[in-house]
Amino acid sequence: MSPLATLLSAIATGTIRIVDLTHTLDEDFPTIVLPPEMAQSAPMRIERLSHYDAAGPAWYWNNISIGEHTGTHLDAPAHWFTGRDRPRGTVDTLPTEDMIAPACVIDCTQAAAREDDHLLTRTALEAWEAHHGRIPERSWVLMRTDWGRRRGAAFANLRTDGAHTPGPNADAIRWLVEARGILGFGTETIGTDAGQAGHFDPPYPAHHYLHGAGRYGLQCLTNLHELPPTGSVLLTAPLKIRAGSGSPLRVLALIPTRDDSQRKPT
Amino acid sequence: MMRTGKNPLLRTHRPTLPHGRRSRAAHLLTAAAAEGRFALPQCRRCGAFAWPIPEACPHCLGAIALSEAPRGARVIAATTAEVPADPYFRERAPWHVGLVQMDCGPQALVHLHPGAEPRDAVRLSLVLDRAGAAVLHAALQGGTMSDPQLREMTADPRDRRVLITDARHVAALPLACALSAAGAAAVYAGVPEDWKPLPRRAEFEAIVGLKLVPLDISSDRSVADLARDIGDRIEILVNTADLPRPGPLSAPAAATDARAMMEIMAMGLLRLARSFGPAMARRGADGTVAWVNVLSVYSRIHPAALAGYAAAHAAALALSHALRAELAQGGVRLMTVLAAPTEDEWFQSFGPIRVSGRALAGAILSGLHRGLEEVVVGDLAHDLLARLAENPKAVERELTRDLF
Amino acid sequence: MRRRRDYAGVVLAAPVTVPYRRFSTRPAQWWIGQALAGLAEAAGISHHAFDGLSVASFSLAPDSAIGLTQHFGLSPRHVDFVPFGGVAALVSLRRAARAVQAGDADIVACIAADGSAPGSFRQGLESFSRFSEDAIYPYGAGGPNVSFALIAQAFMAATGVTRGHLARLAVSQRANARGTPWALMKKPMTEEDYLTARPIAPPIHLLDCVMPCAGAEAFLVLREEDAQAQSLAFVRLSATIERHNGFPTDPVMLRGGWQRDVADLWAMAGAAPTDMDLVQTYDDYPVISAMQFADLGFCTGAELPEFLAAHDFTYGGDLPHNTSGGQLSTGQAGCAGGHLGLVEAIRQLTGTAGPRQVPRARRALVSGFGMINFDRGLGSGAVVLEAG
Repeated sequence: MSPLATLLSAIATGTIRIVDLTHTLDEDFPTIVLPPEMAQSAPMRIERLSHYDAAGPAWYWNNISIGEHTGTHLDAPAHWFTGRDRPRGTVDTLPTEDMIAPACVIDCTQAAAREDDHLLTRTALEAWEAHHGRIPERSWVLMRTDWGRRRGAAFANLRTDGAHTPGPNADAIRWLVEARGILGFGTETIGTDAGQAGHFDPPYPAHHYLHGAGRYGLQCLTNLHELPPTGSVLLTAPLKIRAGSGSPLRVLALIPTRDDSQRKPT
Repeated sequence: MMRTGKNPLLRTHRPTLPHGRRSRAAHLLTAAAAEGRFALPQCRRCGAFAWPIPEACPHCLGAIALSEAPRGARVIAATTAEVPADPYFRERAPWHVGLVQMDCGPQALVHLHPGAEPRDAVRLSLVLDRAGAAVLHAALQGGTMSDPQLREMTADPRDRRVLITDARHVAALPLACALSAAGAAAVYAGVPEDWKPLPRRAEFEAIVGLKLVPLDISSDRSVADLARDIGDRIEILVNTADLPRPGPLSAPAAATDARAMMEIMAMGLLRLARSFGPAMARRGADGTVAWVNVLSVYSRIHPAALAGYAAAHAAALALSHALRAELAQGGVRLMTVLAAPTEDEWFQSFGPIRVSGRALAGAILSGLHRGLEEVVVGDLAHDLLARLAENPKAVERELTRDLF
Repeated sequence: MRRRRDYAGVVLAAPVTVPYRRFSTRPAQWWIGQALAGLAEAAGISHHAFDGLSVASFSLAPDSAIGLTQHFGLSPRHVDFVPFGGVAALVSLRRAARAVQAGDADIVACIAADGSAPGSFRQGLESFSRFSEDAIYPYGAGGPNVSFALIAQAFMAATGVTRGHLARLAVSQRANARGTPWALMKKPMTEEDYLTARPIAPPIHLLDCVMPCAGAEAFLVLREEDAQAQSLAFVRLSATIERHNGFPTDPVMLRGGWQRDVADLWAMAGAAPTDMDLVQTYDDYPVISAMQFADLGFCTGAELPEFLAAHDFTYGGDLPHNTSGGQLSTGQAGCAGGHLGLVEAIRQLTGTAGPRQVPRARRALVSGFGMINFDRGLGSGAVVLEAG
């Protein structure tokens, strides 16, 4: 059997399962809130063109408008100033081979449940490697917080001093990029950075280091609890927006269902 | 928030309207009534007042214009139309009318307070009837008895259900309090982006009869959903939605901000109009009375430093006129409130000249009680409009660099 | 005032009423055609020979009187359009009489007609006048009832006339209508009926009001010698008055324009009110008939209660009044309501009034009143007729 036939067979027989890591593009899905003097990213908006009615008797369709960074979305390197000079740094030129890659899932749910501002540290990453092995190059690292199960105000978690959501600290993300050569970093929150990361050094370190190295971000993921710590593969093809800095996208994970495909903890 | 009163077994008033056609000249009175002024036709040459409005003075054939006039009058004769020929009045009969001798000279037929009798002194007002045209109403001097005929023509919130579209507006909380105090049967306050904290939420929730509802007027779905939920019971809609983002055309985020402001002010109003307008117009004879658009005076006057904001408000004002025409078919009034900059944080630079939310709320309430169509709030707004009327080019030049 | 020329040689003939209908599918033009045919038949003259046409109607649009000439095959050299309601007949007559007297026309057909359809009365009210549209109709006072209620209230307070007094006029007119085949309301009426009728706009009650209907009234104005040549019964025109907006500064209408000209009327007629064998007033409401008796010199306003109580107004009485039943009992066929009294007076003075004929009727007073433009009726007029 050809590799693709094997893949299709595995999907058909259920030895490979497809998990949707994407939130529905809802009009009331929270967007990132910047200080108001900054330009604001637009939320999802759906304007009905026709619905088998006078405006279109036999068909139903909508116009949509949306920011590049609204809903479950991908950040391209060009999104941050550090990545502005990276080749193929926008979504229209992004290498297609980067759109299918393995994922490591770091379970931070307990810490995030205790502390909204929980920061993922290098120590924690090293502890994870101790259990699951070294994080492979060119793989996604997904920070699981179960934030994707939150809705509305609890999801945005805005206080008077801004959003309070978990993320990596500067040291951890820099280590992942430079020492492990990851393809990208994914979160269940509105940013790859923590809600208070504007006060970090450098500000927004995940954006800073990931994009500076030509790597990607994935945000507003959900259903990470269905993924094994290792062994899954993400399909992350963004819209081909001319010089786009990012894009809403459908993120699918292929996960093995047989125990023998997963590395046992040592 | 159950409202009592409507018996489903009884016939609902048919959506008839009084006859709205008037001479072109008579619409000068409509303008006065819309603003709550009392002005009557007066000869520019001999000073005599005339009624009804003629095309030339019957005494000296001089030109006629409207002038502020004394409001006093005395009843000559009074009757009750038990079987009026007009379907609107027949539906609402008996209807009290009277012939009065105005202190300023002419006689006039008036909508008469039911307690007034021949020889009684009365106080005249010009009010807009349900067809949106000016009529004379005579109240008893010093009388306090309420007049159901006046209630029919105005938009008293008592026993009515009101929607305030944006609870985040500085006037929303005082307005909700005032409406509740004025006897509104229910007050719904829309919360845009419910996932963001609502300042003073507890104070809203403490208001008797108030319910916070999610409403984001930049979203078709949100507006349509709320209209499906409560659209058939809203009798007064106060659109307080605003997004003050001052800045000139050259401001860094000018285009994004302008689009966002247009989305709220113009497209948002359009969405509200399409979702709530038809149902409200249909219920014009069944309790629905008014739609209020709270706009900025900068909808009429456009300083360079408020480029996008003024444009968005100007667009909303233009849409207001289209909506007014649609609501008028059901006899529902559209009141436009042109406010000076409010105490919203975004208007800090205007200093102490700003209008408080409480003052704005008070003006809205007063406008509803009087059935007005045009309300201007704040000294700055009055001043700007006066200057615009007097010398528009001068205003344009003055506002090249200044805000007022 | 300069001495006025008399109307020597001018006569009225051929009284025609096209029987009334409460509602009609026919427009005013049809009723005018019927009236023309009636005039031609009554006079024995082809309608082509009418070289004058004077038309009164509220519902002729989009036609004018000139348009009707082609409609009915006329080639007149005098044409007039007088959509003036209750005073139209007198205005029409005065102009026609002078045209005939001066030789500008030989035979003038004076016709008033209006159709009636459900709703047409109200539609007519909506746009009755600029002042009405601006300052009456929007008050629920469209139509004359409310305006006349206010006038009646003030007039009754000023004169002491009560509904009890007015009942005598209404009841005797209903009695008179028994002799009028086309009268729409013949059900006998008692004073009790009148007083207990349901209020419309107090002091106006149902039996104070006329019934709008369709119909036409017409007569000819021609030279006496022409009438004699055709062997037509005719009446002479002794005197006329006409006045519009007679007392513009009166705060409320307690008198009509007749008061300004009443002395002229009786001087020109060489007669006094007591000389009249019958009186036809414009009776859109009994209270307005009462006002006309006072203004035309039958009594003062203060004497009205006594005057109304003292006389028998039926066609058999001492002061026959509105002998066909008037508009109150026959109906108000729009503008034809103003011609009704004049046509009935011609009938009475030519001895052709049938069962309601007033014996030995020689002289009649006919009064017209119309156009409640705003708060008062503006047009007033009166004529004194004499049997030929």
